[in-house]
Amino acid sequence: MIKKVFSNLYLIIMFLFLYLPLFVLMILSFNNSKSRVVWGGFTFKWYHRCFNSETIMSAFFTTIQITLLAAVISTILGTLAAIGISAMKSKSRAIYLGATNIPLLNADIVTGISMMLLFVKFTNLSFVTVLIAHITFNIPYVILNVLPKIRSANKYTYEAALDLGATPLFAFYKVTWPEIRSGVISGFLMAVTMSLDDFSITYFTKGPGVNTLSTMLYTELRKGIKPELYALSTMLFFTVFILLLLLNFRDSKKARRQ
Amino acid sequence: MKKNLIDFIDISKSYGDNLVLDKFNLTVKENEFVTLLGPSGCGKTTTLRLLGGFETPDEGKILFDGANITDLPANQRKLNTVFQKYSLFPHMTIGENIAFGLKISKKSSSYIKDKIKYALKLVNLDGFENRSVDSLSGGQQQRIAIARAIVNEPKVLLLDEPLGALDLKLRRSMQYELIRLKNELGITFVYVTHDQEEALTMSDQIVVMNQGYIQQIGSPEDIYNEPENAFVADFIGSSNILNGTMIRDCLVSVLGVEIPCVDEGFGNNTPVDVVIRPEDIVITSPENGFMEGDIISNIFKGVHYEIEILANGYTWLIHTTKNADVGAHVGINVDPFDIQIMKKAEHSDEKAVNIDDKI
Repeated sequence: MIKKVFSNLYLIIMFLFLYLPLFVLMILSFNNSKSRVVWGGFTFKWYHRCFNSETIMSAFFTTIQITLLAAVISTILGTLAAIGISAMKSKSRAIYLGATNIPLLNADIVTGISMMLLFVKFTNLSFVTVLIAHITFNIPYVILNVLPKIRSANKYTYEAALDLGATPLFAFYKVTWPEIRSGVISGFLMAVTMSLDDFSITYFTKGPGVNTLSTMLYTELRKGIKPELYALSTMLFFTVFILLLLLNFRDSKKARRQ
Repeated sequence: MKKNLIDFIDISKSYGDNLVLDKFNLTVKENEFVTLLGPSGCGKTTTLRLLGGFETPDEGKILFDGANITDLPANQRKLNTVFQKYSLFPHMTIGENIAFGLKISKKSSSYIKDKIKYALKLVNLDGFENRSVDSLSGGQQQRIAIARAIVNEPKVLLLDEPLGALDLKLRRSMQYELIRLKNELGITFVYVTHDQEEALTMSDQIVVMNQGYIQQIGSPEDIYNEPENAFVADFIGSSNILNGTMIRDCLVSVLGVEIPCVDEGFGNNTPVDVVIRPEDIVITSPENGFMEGDIISNIFKGVHYEIEILANGYTWLIHTTKNADVGAHVGINVDPFDIQIMKKAEHSDEKAVNIDDKI
């Protein structure tokens, strides 16, 4: 009995710590007063200002561009890499997989700084350097999502398609692709999520004038807290939240089908 | 005289340090049912994959209808394969599966429709066009895989242990279906299996392989009745394989007893392997046999009794329809015609294998 009360209490406290700050942020984004303690009535004012702010909107479009470009390119490269890795002998597969996994475990700030050092050696920091950095850290996530699909895909069906006269490309499209498609889409969504909320790596690899939402937020917050930023943060949170819901929904649907 | 359809010429293939095929030569004639038979790792599946275009040989060439196809990719070869199992495309219906090859070769939709109907009838699965792959049993799936291959009217159908995953009864009935298909379609079958009974039932020619070498090529009767070495004798059915000495033509000495036989040309006093099939041994009264011994076990197998007799220090295996009592003192006898004499093995691949290594 007591054990149950405590376990419930523990759960509640945990969720409070996790979600209360977010909740406060959301409420403040609708607060008609600039104060953080006085409720001045409900308003969409900050959202309105947010959409009219040039700084915010330019950061928003940069983010969209980088996120989508990075996700698409890393999904293609990651899928190809996964196909290659799956065809390797087990020893070299372990080595390559280990090598691609290291960036996952590495601290973002270390990745960010080392990439910056690399980039400044060859070029100026710019939009492109951020994009390259994003592609790089997205690829391992794509590989991790696609590889299990390829390995569980039936190797006989691809050969059967070749046997029936299909070219390797057509056989891949008709037979292998339907089996790995869900993994590729998961990898893509994962890449979008990772790109969208990355701060450290972007911060170190971006050139002057290039801002994504997260780096813009950081710069603006240093100048002083504006309620528009609450509105923006709330929207960012919901975007990532919806993406995660989508991912989970896909997984649970798949689990049910099996 | 049938014409040669497939020629393997001096094919060698190795994976890493493992030499799978060594200067392999084989000719398959038109309209034959050829079975490659051997234990796992004997190179039979590699041979089939080389023919299908899924592997390239390190050395040698493969001729198909006289043309060199060694480097031709799989999708351009005029032959189709039925794989071990689970090779149907799971996200397509049965009809779409069968139509796959026909659509690639750009056949008209009415032609494809007719072909699907025809193929499903051929494998006794009429009306399965719109079923999903999941809804089919293993045996049905394999029949669809066969249908999917034969609608393309290949000159050769390659089958890689297609019945391996099926239970015994289904396997039997599929064997008869394959024989029927072969007769109806008049195409060449190249079949790979480790199951000697399957090979004996279906084949026109059996190629017995071990360790990358062909041990014997012949009709099922030849392979069974006149094995050329101890490996073949042991792998095809159970056998009594003994060391013997050829005293002179038509007389062999086994376990200290001289027995008349019908083989000639081995020379005098030559060491040989002697094979006597269990069903060729007759149990008689002690004084009428060439050897006497005691029955040490008797197991009822349905069709026959499997009896073991210890005589002159060797445990003889005997299959007979007549029951006998364990412990009885009896004689054993063999018709000279049923004794098969073989040269001693010169290489390890020609030696008899342990039963457990067969599968």
